Amino acid sequence: MPAPAARPLLTRRARHRLAADAALLAVTAAFAVPLAWLVLSSFDTEANLRVKVPGSPSLDNFSAVLTDEITFTPMLNSLLLCGGATALTVACAALAAYPLSRYRSRFSRPYLLTILFSTCLPITAIMVPVYALFVRVNLIDTLYGTALFLATAQLPFAIWLMKNFMDGIPRVLEEAAWTDGASWFQALWRVILPLMGPGVTVVTIYTFAIMWGNFFVPFLLLLSPEQLPASVSIFTFFGNYGAIAFGQLAAFSILYSTPVVLLYVLISRRLGGGFALGGAVKG
Amino acid sequence: MTRAATAAYGTAGRGARPRRRARALLRWSPLAPATVLLLLFLAGPIGYCVYIAFTDMQLTGQESTSFVGLANFRRAFGDPAFLNAVVLTLVFTLVSSILGQNTLGLALAALMRRASRPVRTLTGAVVLTAWVLPEIVAGFLLYTFFERRGTLNAVLEWLHLPTQNWLFTLPILAVSFANVWRGTAFSMLIYSAALAEIPQEVTESAAVDGASGRQRLWHITLPMIRRSIGTNLMLNTLQTLSVFGLIWAMTRGGPGSRSQTLPVFMYDQAFLKSLIGYGTAVALLLLVVGALFSVVYLRLLREEV
Repeated sequence: MPAPAARPLLTRRARHRLAADAALLAVTAAFAVPLAWLVLSSFDTEANLRVKVPGSPSLDNFSAVLTDEITFTPMLNSLLLCGGATALTVACAALAAYPLSRYRSRFSRPYLLTILFSTCLPITAIMVPVYALFVRVNLIDTLYGTALFLATAQLPFAIWLMKNFMDGIPRVLEEAAWTDGASWFQALWRVILPLMGPGVTVVTIYTFAIMWGNFFVPFLLLLSPEQLPASVSIFTFFGNYGAIAFGQLAAFSILYSTPVVLLYVLISRRLGGGFALGGAVKG
Repeated sequence: MTRAATAAYGTAGRGARPRRRARALLRWSPLAPATVLLLLFLAGPIGYCVYIAFTDMQLTGQESTSFVGLANFRRAFGDPAFLNAVVLTLVFTLVSSILGQNTLGLALAALMRRASRPVRTLTGAVVLTAWVLPEIVAGFLLYTFFERRGTLNAVLEWLHLPTQNWLFTLPILAVSFANVWRGTAFSMLIYSAALAEIPQEVTESAAVDGASGRQRLWHITLPMIRRSIGTNLMLNTLQTLSVFGLIWAMTRGGPGSRSQTLPVFMYDQAFLKSLIGYGTAVALLLLVVGALFSVVYLRLLREEV
């Protein structure tokens, strides 16, 4: 059966879809190659720089890197550093967002514009003076000092996001709390924050994920090897002896990346792919 | 509180004004922790940056720091290494952010609207994974991809095409492509959202009127998403201006200084050559460029809001 049966397959729309599929698959393949290296090499004890299917796949690379020195200590450092800094950022952002979202004043607009302005500043650029400052005030090579700076660097964006989420909570609800004699803190803690649970979750996860991946800040501000987070300690694979264990590097990279990938999956499930854009682009 | 209410409050009595001020202070007090942190660790370093940039501060070997005026800036503009870094930063930004991330992101977003669901999901997942991976991991992955013994050359060999030592011959392009790999997802998300907001009827009626795909893109789609294009370009450029870890993991600015963009140059001068003052002057220039972009971004947003 020739022409008539073939016609529906070749409608304009179907042809466009096929062309779009082909183009997307080509781009996707190019994007996937480095990821394929990561996954395949992590199971290959003889991994090198090329993508290849492991001859005898094993978990040896993972068991080789799962030691205190290579994985657990840096991951714990990352957790302390980013966990502490995230807690600080979210707490300060929630507090700051409250008056910015609830009260009008001639200060709130300039304040918000300054906040928005500083979300855009290249933080990389101020790391040299931050280093010089940290040397002077003796915060250099301290986990809490580094956490304070990480928290502050993420604060403008966190305040902005938090304020936008808070604007979505109707005022009527807390006005009821006020008439019952609640203070602003009680209204914030008991009424608003529980209502904006998803918003707080997004800000928390996003802040944590950004910090987890941050390299330059701990690279500059932390010096002692036993304090380094995973983002910096990964360089020890490019050891002093020349030969790089690529399989182990891949295995460690996977272990180090897994938490952020999972967290991103968690928020994108919750709010659709454009979660980060709500604050940054829509204004 | 409305203006009328405030006025009424103001005339209520002698004690009202200080009490009102105290109340306002209490109301705005939640802003204090964030403001203190921002002043100490953000405004402080920026101010200190401005100060150090005019001094000859060094990490070692010099007891006192003295004010040197514009010497650091004069030195920068006469320094071939600095000018090299400026040119490389321009190339890096142009290739990776404006041409690469922006155009590829738009193309992917547009194609995804036509593609079948499984392909769309697959593309989204792969591109977003590249975005979500930590910067240093992305750097290593792209290092293995472009290295002499790496995957790119393996593919080229397989296709019987000439191979090269990419990180040696074209280091700035290699790191630019790495940045495209890592950053395209952001543009893709922005443009997906923007395209989804274009009403279907507009493009359909244009198609009925006989506009070709290219005409529709040029005369309808692009003008309708121009604000998204503006903000996306702005954010991509700002992001790209401060890339350090990716380049550091792939080339450390080398070979020589052929992939040494401004952040890497700044790091090199301030920490490896111990010239804090000079490195900070470079940082200040970077900060000023970033600030200019931020101001443009704010203006764009104001138009939108």
